[in-house]
Amino acid sequence: MSAQLLTYLFVGASFTLYIGIAIWSRSSSTKEFYVAGGHVSPIANGAATAADWMSAASFLSMAGIIAFEGADGARYLMGWTGGYVLLALLLAPYLRKFSKFTVPDFVGDRYYSQTARLVAVVCVIFISFTYVAGQMRGVGIVFSRFLEVDINTGVIIGMGIVFFYAVLGGMKGITYTQVAQYCVLIFAYLVPAIYISIALTGNPLPMFGLGSTMVDGSGVYLLDKLDGLTTELGMAAFTSGNKSTIDMLFITAALMAGTAGLPHVIVRFFTVPKVRDARISAGYALVFIALLYTTAPAVAAFARMNIINNVDGMTYEDAPSWFSKWEDSGLIAWRDKNDDGVVQYRGGNALQPSKPAFTGERGSSGERLLGNSSSASENELYIDRDIIVLAHPEIAQLPNWVIALVAAGGLAAALSTAAGLLLVISSAVSHDLLKKTFKPEITERQELLFARIAAAVAIGIAGLFGIYPPGFVAEVVAFAFGLAAASFFPVLLLGIFYKRMNKEAAITGMITGLVFTFAYIAYFKFVSPADNNPDHWWFGISPEGIGTLGMLANFVVSLIVCRFTPPPPAEIQALVENIRVPS
Amino acid sequence: MSEKNNHAYWQANLRLMLVLLVIWFSVSFLAGIIFVDFLNQFRLYGYKLGFWFSQQGAIYFFVLLIFVYSWRMNALDKKFGVDEE
Repeated sequence: MSAQLLTYLFVGASFTLYIGIAIWSRSSSTKEFYVAGGHVSPIANGAATAADWMSAASFLSMAGIIAFEGADGARYLMGWTGGYVLLALLLAPYLRKFSKFTVPDFVGDRYYSQTARLVAVVCVIFISFTYVAGQMRGVGIVFSRFLEVDINTGVIIGMGIVFFYAVLGGMKGITYTQVAQYCVLIFAYLVPAIYISIALTGNPLPMFGLGSTMVDGSGVYLLDKLDGLTTELGMAAFTSGNKSTIDMLFITAALMAGTAGLPHVIVRFFTVPKVRDARISAGYALVFIALLYTTAPAVAAFARMNIINNVDGMTYEDAPSWFSKWEDSGLIAWRDKNDDGVVQYRGGNALQPSKPAFTGERGSSGERLLGNSSSASENELYIDRDIIVLAHPEIAQLPNWVIALVAAGGLAAALSTAAGLLLVISSAVSHDLLKKTFKPEITERQELLFARIAAAVAIGIAGLFGIYPPGFVAEVVAFAFGLAAASFFPVLLLGIFYKRMNKEAAITGMITGLVFTFAYIAYFKFVSPADNNPDHWWFGISPEGIGTLGMLANFVVSLIVCRFTPPPPAEIQALVENIRVPS
Repeated sequence: MSEKNNHAYWQANLRLMLVLLVIWFSVSFLAGIIFVDFLNQFRLYGYKLGFWFSQQGAIYFFVLLIFVYSWRMNALDKKFGVDEE
């Protein structure tokens, strides 16, 4: 069967499964809608958390980034897993004991302040929309590349599916579909990785294959061979990094604290029955995540090696079909700088500016001509990082069903994350804004109806972002983590571990962290992008890592303000005592 | 439960947490970033050691830390009589 037919089959089957689960797990109360009734088993919650957490970025983009950056990719690997240690030790068990529906709920009650609650609601909505826009775009790209439907049609189909299980099922529907989506996505990620690991190293486990010798009988370790190949071609050695130590530290810390402070992740731990379940559930979640995260660097190294071996020195006319297909979608470009008809893959960017601008004409070998000027480097090849995971099975000549599987996996990763984010947005609106702030008189039935309406509206807006993507989707992802690290993480942490922490300190702290982080990122991304380089950054910290500094500012300001303002009321101090013990 | 008991439970929790967070910091920020070049002179099979910590090892340690915390806390819950049963 052709890859395309198989893709239709796999995607269709997985969608049918999700809809079936949605019908089976409809929500009938607000508690079911917001936190799945609070009786999800820790393992199921672990799998759902993993699917919720691993987005299109983890599934599609991360291995590609590592493939081209080598050692520097570690900031994502450690940053996006280490946050779970913080979550399991410092936040999840206590927030579970607190036993409410949303993160603004905790902020509002712990800091006995509607202002604090509203600041939290604004953060939740901003962070979640930022994130969800990228997911919808990911859905559209997978559809357009593998099913050859228009990107917009793809986005609309994706919206329809999410609408079905998020609006009907709320958290209950989302949880059980996420468990299914985790199974689909991890299978889709591991199968091609295992195939390729066996082909290159003979070791079926990619995380060990990465540290094994090549299968060609030379006895050379794969990573040494790759280091040799990359340096030979004038690129940085794969296992050495370019980024400064301080920037790596700050980015990794921002991603960790941001992970622990992301509302859609925290809220998953409200769905388990007990405090002890919340602790172990974070462990299961990280096991499920680690399966993908320890495989990703292997996929990255294998892909880099396969690209160098297959592409460098090939004549364009003999290029395999994947090469011209991705060239047609504009994600691969080749300029024959020395007119020999052969692709030279070397260090440095091939083009200036680095992204290709196609003129619409064909060159003498049949390649798409480019309007860019040439760089000084001998490199002739541009490869977009985002295509590595999608293209690698084709590059490694795997069977068609594996290629189809990857498409279904990418959709599962994007849809599961989108649904989790949309739920957080809808509960922030219906629960925190309406029920707790502006319309406390509404009944539970009405609140549930508003929650469904809010979810539907949020899906509509997210879809619009997918169809008309703001040009800065990639840039604003740094916002989501930086802002979560600089706003929520300190406020939640101090709320649990510092009994004296009061509302004045929480509000000034959150606003300080937010404004500082927002201003720094906005300055370098939008106001003055030309200055976005280490010479102009404060202490050499890039916008990606500035959330850590924002977080430190939040801590310092909170602790100072706290000294000069009255302590929280006795009942709040009793509440803190109470959430510290499970019983 | 008495206030004193709860206080002792909380102190025990904080001590456990501190030990685990020191390990958390060491395997990621120290071994994976600050001392990565130093560790890269040693090997673990085909990996340079620093590279292994930053792209594989730290993640294994993270998983282990959560399970150890969960296991030790369940024991502490029982010892201080604050478990949910």
